[in-house]
Amino acid sequence: MSAESKNPGLKSGSGGEPGRLVAYLNARLVDPASGLDAPGALLTVGGEIKDFGPRLFVDGPPSGVASVDCRGHALIPGLIDTRVFVGEPGAEHKETLASASEAAAAGGITTLLCMPNTSPVIDEPAIVEYVARRAHNTSIVNVFPMAAVTKGLGGKEIAELGLLKAAGAIAFTDGDRAVASALVMRRALSYARRFNALIVQHAEEPALSRDGAMNEGEVATRLGLPGIPAAAETMMIERDVRLAKLTGGRLHIGQISCAESIEVIARAKAEGVEISCGVSPYHFALNETAVGEYRTFCKTSPPLRPEMDRRAVVAAIADGTIDVIASSHDPQDVESKRQPFAQAAYGMVGLETMLPLVLEMVHGRKVDLLTALKAMTATPARLFGLPSGAIRIGAPADLALLDLDVPWRIDTERFRSKSKNAPYDARPVQGRAIMTIVGGRLVHDLYTA
Amino acid sequence: MTLPRLASYPHRHLLGIEGLAPDAIEFLLDLADEYVDLNRQVDKKRGTLKGRTQINLFFETSTRTSTSFELAGKRLGADVINMSVARSAVQKGETLLDTAMTLNAMHPDVLVIRHQDSGAAQLLAQKVSGSVINAGDGTHEHPTQALLDALTIRRRRGKLQGQIVAICGDILHSRVARSNIHLLNAMGAYVRVVGPPTLLPTAIERLGVEVHTDMEKALDGADIVMMLRLQLERMQGAYVPSFREYFHFYGLDHRKLAHAKPDALIMHPGPMNRGVEIDSLVADDINRSVIREQVEMGVAVRMACLDALTRHLPDTGAEPAP
Repeated sequence: MSAESKNPGLKSGSGGEPGRLVAYLNARLVDPASGLDAPGALLTVGGEIKDFGPRLFVDGPPSGVASVDCRGHALIPGLIDTRVFVGEPGAEHKETLASASEAAAAGGITTLLCMPNTSPVIDEPAIVEYVARRAHNTSIVNVFPMAAVTKGLGGKEIAELGLLKAAGAIAFTDGDRAVASALVMRRALSYARRFNALIVQHAEEPALSRDGAMNEGEVATRLGLPGIPAAAETMMIERDVRLAKLTGGRLHIGQISCAESIEVIARAKAEGVEISCGVSPYHFALNETAVGEYRTFCKTSPPLRPEMDRRAVVAAIADGTIDVIASSHDPQDVESKRQPFAQAAYGMVGLETMLPLVLEMVHGRKVDLLTALKAMTATPARLFGLPSGAIRIGAPADLALLDLDVPWRIDTERFRSKSKNAPYDARPVQGRAIMTIVGGRLVHDLYTA
Repeated sequence: MTLPRLASYPHRHLLGIEGLAPDAIEFLLDLADEYVDLNRQVDKKRGTLKGRTQINLFFETSTRTSTSFELAGKRLGADVINMSVARSAVQKGETLLDTAMTLNAMHPDVLVIRHQDSGAAQLLAQKVSGSVINAGDGTHEHPTQALLDALTIRRRRGKLQGQIVAICGDILHSRVARSNIHLLNAMGAYVRVVGPPTLLPTAIERLGVEVHTDMEKALDGADIVMMLRLQLERMQGAYVPSFREYFHFYGLDHRKLAHAKPDALIMHPGPMNRGVEIDSLVADDINRSVIREQVEMGVAVRMACLDALTRHLPDTGAEPAP
């Protein structure tokens, strides 16, 4: 990026030093939290937003301030990704906190919440602290660990929610496993109230989904693959809505994938139940036919659904029934995926593709820009209690500069992630992050990297 | 209507029936018909596959299919190697591609694979340089079984078109049922499936079949009654409560068979569970049962498939691995 002649620009890896002033000029300021979408400028000092607005620096920035010419591109609060599997500790060959953070930064994500499905499991305060410390030392974006709801993800005994929260756990989940026992779920939701902790459920009734490989229906029948009915998801959400009502606990459904689940969530919200839900990009960017001839990159949990469900998901993002969009980034190595379909691992990487896939819905006029971005900024910040996610004086200088329109093709070989398991290779998309700023520091710069 | 005759089968592999054009199926059946005659002679040997190597890679135990493929290869003059990879020795499919790559380095011309996972044959076909024949993959397809069933019907009835075929039993777990549905539909037969609702796959009607849960209604006016084997472990999965109850409602006996056409043929892919899905009296009824004929057709069909596929291979042998 070119800088004003009298001012130094911002170099990759710099910024965020205490007291350092950086001016972002000629920006389109987009802040879903306040509904702002207007031309203007923004000033950061150190790691915080100091000022912003349409009138700021209309006569040029004060001399000596580093400046970035945004050239009219959208300056937004950095994205918050609430569902990221990282291989560290235990599967560093698939992904480390460092490589995940590089991938996140490239995708405009400034904060990621990592899942407890590690080895060892994040179910001990010491492990929460270890992950936070490793992230602090190696990651270029903010990382907050989520801790297990049940010890060892075993689904039987609840973990030390209070101590884990005090150690830094941002929320509680068994990750890609459902808390299957209604009794354990009831106790967890109830006990978590004492700490105002959010419980994130993977909604799939394991008795119905355990042996399944893909969505139950015609495609599964043709391929001879065991199916997972949508009811496995919906009935678990219905149960948990009742448990949330019974206990008053705060419940977030990590991912929903089908029309009937959306109806259940909408009904519960209308009744005033404290419930929210998320969605993964593969559930609005793909449908079950992508499995095609046994493409294991398209094996996900919950599975890809029929087109009618995919459309319902898009509509629910547009009308706000779905609160959060999260990447569900789940790195898998070649050996885990180059298998007969039923044997292959679940999951897809997503940090670097979430933004362009969301923008597909925006460009297709299915979802408006502010609504789409809100699901990755203000709403997750509110639900998970994060200080970022908005352009606000005093908020962390976590920002992303987006070229919303630039056309490009996804190239999985160029992913920063250590794993390349995504079925989007060569997919034409529009829009990407050209700069990502975390705590005032420039961590991703597309055109000079 | 006569279909234009193909000069050859147009694919390198035989991975399933779904997607095959009717004339490709017809070609294989015509060729197989000729091999039936050959197999009834004293000298059954041909040199069609002389110099070719055929490896039978069986990850699931099988007696009749592997024997049938072995015999078919040998009668055509190929060098046939049988490899049984017991499931216990295989670490969850992990060695499938390793095994395939190892074997591929030995330049087999044909790999015949049976595997417990759906899609295994397709996965293998992506990695090897020769031809792959699917001898049954999970609950997906078993194309040579469908071809031999079709040949049996065609020889008895003269045609497949218009035949009412009732496929009975555990449709959910049956690759035989899926391949037969695709083949019979492609050739203009009418297919009905019948079984307890727990053993009927979701959306099976989308494959173009009439779906029944009442055996007598399914057999009403049927030309062909195709029985499927009930896997004995299905009791544990709570699919059916007992053999006794299953036989009462879905076992083929003369009482139920009376609803089919008087000359209806009885078929079974074997091995049979006598008294579970089929009454011995019916299975051994020489006027109705063509179960042993199916076995005979099996060898001829597999010879036809080996012959047809190897016509696509270069004369110099399989291409070297990249």
